[in-house]
Amino acid sequence: MSARKAGKPPRPIKVLLAKPGLDGHDRGIQVIIRGLRDAGMEVIYTGLRVTPKAVALAAAQEDVDAVGVSNLSGAHLTVLPETARSLEEAGVDLSRVVLFGGGTIPEADHRSLRKAGYRALFGPGTPLADIVSFLEEEVSR
Amino acid sequence: MAPASGHPPLKARGRTPSGIEIRPAYPAPRPPDMPGEFPFTRGIHPDMYRGRFWTFRQYAGFGSARATNERFRYLLAQGQTGLSVAFDLPTQIGYDSDDPLAIGEVGKVGVPISTVEDMEELLEGIPLESVSISMTINSTAAMLLAFLVAAAGRRGVPAEKLRGTVQNDMLKEFISRRTYRFPIQASLGITVDIFEFCRERIPDWNPISVSGYHMREAGSNAVQEVGFTLANGIAYLEAAREREVPLEELTRRMSFFWNSHNHLLEEVAKFRAARRLWATIVRDRFGIADPDCARMRFHAQTAGSTLTFQEPENNAVRVTVQALAAVLGGTQSLHTNGIDEALGLPGRISARTALRTQQILAHESGAGDVADPLGGAPAIEALTDAVEDGVRKLIGEIDAMGGMLQAIEDGYPQKAIEEEAYRHQREVESGERVIVGVNAFRDVSARETSAAPEVLSPTLERDRMRVLQRRRKRRSARRVRELREDLAREIGGGSNVVEALVRAAEGGLTLGEMSRILADALGEHEE
Repeated sequence: MSARKAGKPPRPIKVLLAKPGLDGHDRGIQVIIRGLRDAGMEVIYTGLRVTPKAVALAAAQEDVDAVGVSNLSGAHLTVLPETARSLEEAGVDLSRVVLFGGGTIPEADHRSLRKAGYRALFGPGTPLADIVSFLEEEVSR
Repeated sequence: MAPASGHPPLKARGRTPSGIEIRPAYPAPRPPDMPGEFPFTRGIHPDMYRGRFWTFRQYAGFGSARATNERFRYLLAQGQTGLSVAFDLPTQIGYDSDDPLAIGEVGKVGVPISTVEDMEELLEGIPLESVSISMTINSTAAMLLAFLVAAAGRRGVPAEKLRGTVQNDMLKEFISRRTYRFPIQASLGITVDIFEFCRERIPDWNPISVSGYHMREAGSNAVQEVGFTLANGIAYLEAAREREVPLEELTRRMSFFWNSHNHLLEEVAKFRAARRLWATIVRDRFGIADPDCARMRFHAQTAGSTLTFQEPENNAVRVTVQALAAVLGGTQSLHTNGIDEALGLPGRISARTALRTQQILAHESGAGDVADPLGGAPAIEALTDAVEDGVRKLIGEIDAMGGMLQAIEDGYPQKAIEEEAYRHQREVESGERVIVGVNAFRDVSARETSAAPEVLSPTLERDRMRVLQRRRKRRSARRVRELREDLAREIGGGSNVVEALVRAAEGGLTLGEMSRILADALGEHEE
């Protein structure tokens, strides 16, 4: 069992949340920012209209435990894989850093996004508690 | 058989989503005014839908101008009576489809329009003089209006014959909808340019649709939706007055756009309160005595954010109740959502069912047979008063902050909406707020669904790129340079941006080129 699970976290889980591209539907990500903070995590948000490269750079610089990417404009098959690629190019090790996605992403697209490096994809109606427990489990593994 | 999961208490809540307490019963209220009379609480016409039904106006756009044109014609053939164009994000923000920033977004949430030819294709075969066209466009409203005027001109339809609406509501973009491009003050300047242009060139056009819809989608409650929207409306009238746009004319052509949400009683009360409030604002704040200027005309759309990914068939019922609220609330125009909205872009069948929903309300339910059928009902009158009180308080607070522009720059409405969205989520998670099929009565065994969102062509972006680049090559480089220089000069010289853009559109400049010139002159908004 990890130190975190034993109740002695070395530091709070550090998550970068991002909305790369032009999509402005940010209700979901705003709710998740607050939800993760209320669960004791440290959250960095990139804001809107950022490139996948900028997201990757921030993730590398901030040495985060997890990166969450949101898309609700139907561009997920472009934006999400490109962010994964940029993260790898920036030297972010996706076997260590947990990459996850969320938004209006049809189940049919989940397989290719998992292949691109996304460990989980959260759809509309997901309880915050599910995302919190996913991060707690995956990050401490 | 697997049981449904989660059974909440089987009694009514007695509280609206805005936090207004509802009593179990109310005594009869004072007799209300008649519909069609100031302050129009009960409707803007004495006979409401006995004169004419609301406009059946479904928001549509995806893939390409051609695919969207086909959907428009299909919807018109099915009895839709007005058009509403959804543009893709690059078009809404001012990038051509072949811009690197547009990759992945072309044709996704709407139709890509980068040139006047695209606009011609979009409207091919549509009778521009009889069908009104609503365009959900804000940062680039001036460019798209220019394309429309230029495309209509090529077809021999003069601008003054056009009927329709540009959303042109930038303030709510900074608050919640987020397709901003230029800085706030510059954006507001273009807004007023559009007011002036429409007044002179397209007198029957609605030059703005002040929108609460997106703030509600972002999480606001009903009182905030009306409060922030009317505060934006006040800011637009003040900006217009500063530029000496005659407000008696502008107020007649101003329109509003509301969300029609789940709580039937509060929503009906909201529409009634909004009309009463706006009428008094026009009269008392702006000193406009003519009651015709005080009629708040509005479009309504059912609430996309209430639609669930789980058991999407249930969404048909939500849409029906929400649409009924808009009709009972006296809307002038209505969009009913497709059941698959939480899954993706509505497919043809769900788009048809969505249109049918309002046709059934119009022709079968009898809800339109009398103006304001719920007027005088004790609970409705009490709720109308309560929404009105809440909104007055909110507008008072914004006034105290120095007005809506200042409030937005301080992030006040943004934070208030975020707060409310988070509260909603926590109430859903605690089970206090029930969402059937999601946190209650969920059939955990069911996987199958009848929803079938639209599937876009995988070659869409490549095809689009080819078309656009072919068009670019056909233009003479010298001519393009001249057009760019002319536009930059006119904008620098302070002339009406829309007039200049119409000439640029006629000459063949693209949306991206025009937006670049504007961005160079005005700057770009950064959060």
